[in-house]
Amino acid sequence: MSDSQTPRSGAALEGNVTEEARALRAEAQLHMSTSDDGNLVGRSGRGKKAAVYIALIAFALMYIYPFIVQLSTSFKTDADAVNNPLTLIPNPVTTAAFERIFQTDYPLWFTNSVIVTLLVTAGRVFFNSLAGYALARLKFAGRDAVFTAILAVLAVPGIVLLIPKFLVLNYLGIYNTYPALFVPLLVDAAGVFIMKQFFESIPPSMEEAARLDGAGTFRTFWSVILPMARPALITLTILSFQGSWNELSHFIIATDDPKLYTLTRGVAGLTSGGLGSGSQFPITMAAALLMTIPTALVFIAFQRYFTQGGNAGADKG
Amino acid sequence: MSTTDTAVAPGTSRATRRRRGGGKGSGQRQSVAGWLFVTPVLAVLGLFLVIPIFMALWVSFTNWTGRGSPFSSSVSFVGRENYAALLTQEGLSRQDFMISLRNTFYYVIGVVPLQTMLAISLAVIVNQKFLKGRGFFRTSFYFPSVVSSVAISLVFLYLFTGTGAVNQFLGIFGIDGPTWFSDPRGLIHMIGGGIGLWSTDAPPSFLLDTQVMNLSLWEWLSGPSVAMSAIMLQVVWTTAGTFMLMFIAALQDLPTEVEEAAMVDGANPWQRFRNVTVPHLRPTILLVVTLGVIGTWQVFDQMYVMTQGGPAKTTLTPAYLSYTAAFKQQQWGQGAAMAFLLFILIFVLTSAQRFFLRDKDEAKQKKAEKKQRRAAKKAVKA
Repeated sequence: MSDSQTPRSGAALEGNVTEEARALRAEAQLHMSTSDDGNLVGRSGRGKKAAVYIALIAFALMYIYPFIVQLSTSFKTDADAVNNPLTLIPNPVTTAAFERIFQTDYPLWFTNSVIVTLLVTAGRVFFNSLAGYALARLKFAGRDAVFTAILAVLAVPGIVLLIPKFLVLNYLGIYNTYPALFVPLLVDAAGVFIMKQFFESIPPSMEEAARLDGAGTFRTFWSVILPMARPALITLTILSFQGSWNELSHFIIATDDPKLYTLTRGVAGLTSGGLGSGSQFPITMAAALLMTIPTALVFIAFQRYFTQGGNAGADKG
Repeated sequence: MSTTDTAVAPGTSRATRRRRGGGKGSGQRQSVAGWLFVTPVLAVLGLFLVIPIFMALWVSFTNWTGRGSPFSSSVSFVGRENYAALLTQEGLSRQDFMISLRNTFYYVIGVVPLQTMLAISLAVIVNQKFLKGRGFFRTSFYFPSVVSSVAISLVFLYLFTGTGAVNQFLGIFGIDGPTWFSDPRGLIHMIGGGIGLWSTDAPPSFLLDTQVMNLSLWEWLSGPSVAMSAIMLQVVWTTAGTFMLMFIAALQDLPTEVEEAAMVDGANPWQRFRNVTVPHLRPTILLVVTLGVIGTWQVFDQMYVMTQGGPAKTTLTPAYLSYTAAFKQQQWGQGAAMAFLLFILIFVLTSAQRFFLRDKDEAKQKKAEKKQRRAAKKAVKA
């Protein structure tokens, strides 16, 4: 359901439906004894429209307002933020909060987040599609068992893995190292599932042709199948980006070295008075704003893939 | 394959032979490639997911303090002791664990229905065909779902301070808002006090004096604290967007003719929603509620960022308690035991839920079929 299509098909549907409805209503009125029913539909139609718009605008305000507050407060002075929390225009406008943030470890956290996110995303896209392809298309002994195992992994609630993951990182001697931040995140069962579903939808004739030409399995996968999987790859890239950029609990248990803090870990510390920010709301708002901007940019650019990802998740249940 | 073989004259080219060879060996080649392709995924999942679970299971039966290897000889096996301390022995550990279960129970039964209803409402509204700018509204409702929970927590901490935006807004209507994140009062306590059921300063003694699992009945009946309610509002607000997408996808499968027909039959909008839309959405509702229960029992990020379990332990959850027991108090055995109990709890709840809801659905279907058959018989007789 691409965005360019929805409105059009919606309009087309509406056209058909209103015509049909008019016909049905006319017929219905012939049979019904109470003649004012027809009027009622018309009146309630207009009333309904107004009600829907009012509800919609109320909800939209509820959803957009917090982000506007975040934006405007980050340009306020501390006193202004405390005294006028409802006012959306900073008075005076100041960039002091941002200047203070850049004197702290924030740039380091940001860099760590970028590196970890890039590695995790690259790893997930590559390894998940390899496995997804094998599970969808290659015949090998034990394939069903592997798939069942991956489904079982999907069912494990992530939060109960905090202590177990720490145990293994500690045991391997990589606690408080960079690999501890990203290696455990390099693959994810849900991603394998999404890719498997997608590869199953590609006609097998394509790879048969490539195979008959003597191309090896990996080459067939890499140069024939993968280019056809572009939409699924973009979806996976976005889900991986979002997942690793927003990840918190894994980074809490993988390190306690401030040099290895990512944005989520570092910024979470701000609330408990890190940087002496007890009531310095402009700082916390600016910190939250800066870490939201990359997400917002990716979201706006690839909006429709986000929606597809959400639905892919719906299917797996 | 055989047709190509006969069509090609013998000894025409090497390529043919190679191709033929490839055809024969491709089963084996696929087998090797298949395993090679899944190896990275299996290795990482095995090393950082399956093996750790067994390590933690072992740790949950020991008194490991986080020093050295949990498998060294200085660590002793304590049997069920860690589990007993949480479930059967009187003591602070059990009390804290019970408090965390109580808090999360209220959290789950508050958040799951609210987020499901909000998601359905948003989906139904956004799905109205006549609406202009549907894409914009859908985007703004979904956006919080993709933003970091840390960033959103910071914003809500600011909005919900004692003199913050929310309380100033309430002030316009003459409502004196609470101090939200530092208010430990339980909602049911407050409501009961408000309607004169009891006095919150001097609760009924039979509630205060009856102890169940180290907590008095009065404490069990607290309801979510004001602080917890603020977190619940935040989570409902954040997650409704994701579930809204699922409902929109389901709504788009609902044939418009059905609704039109109901309209013609004189059903008002509420009846149409209740008798046409909701039954159609049933499978999606089941999915959303299941995902909701799984997700809400795991709540951790908000506690870590915003309240650290406070005020007065009213936002303590099993996930956060397990984390502090292990990482802060070095009681790794007990922390791991809590994680496993939570795991079992989630598993049992979701299985039970699936079972009961599915059963009901089938029963309804059978009933409907019976009715139809009876109606058909009557029609035949007539």
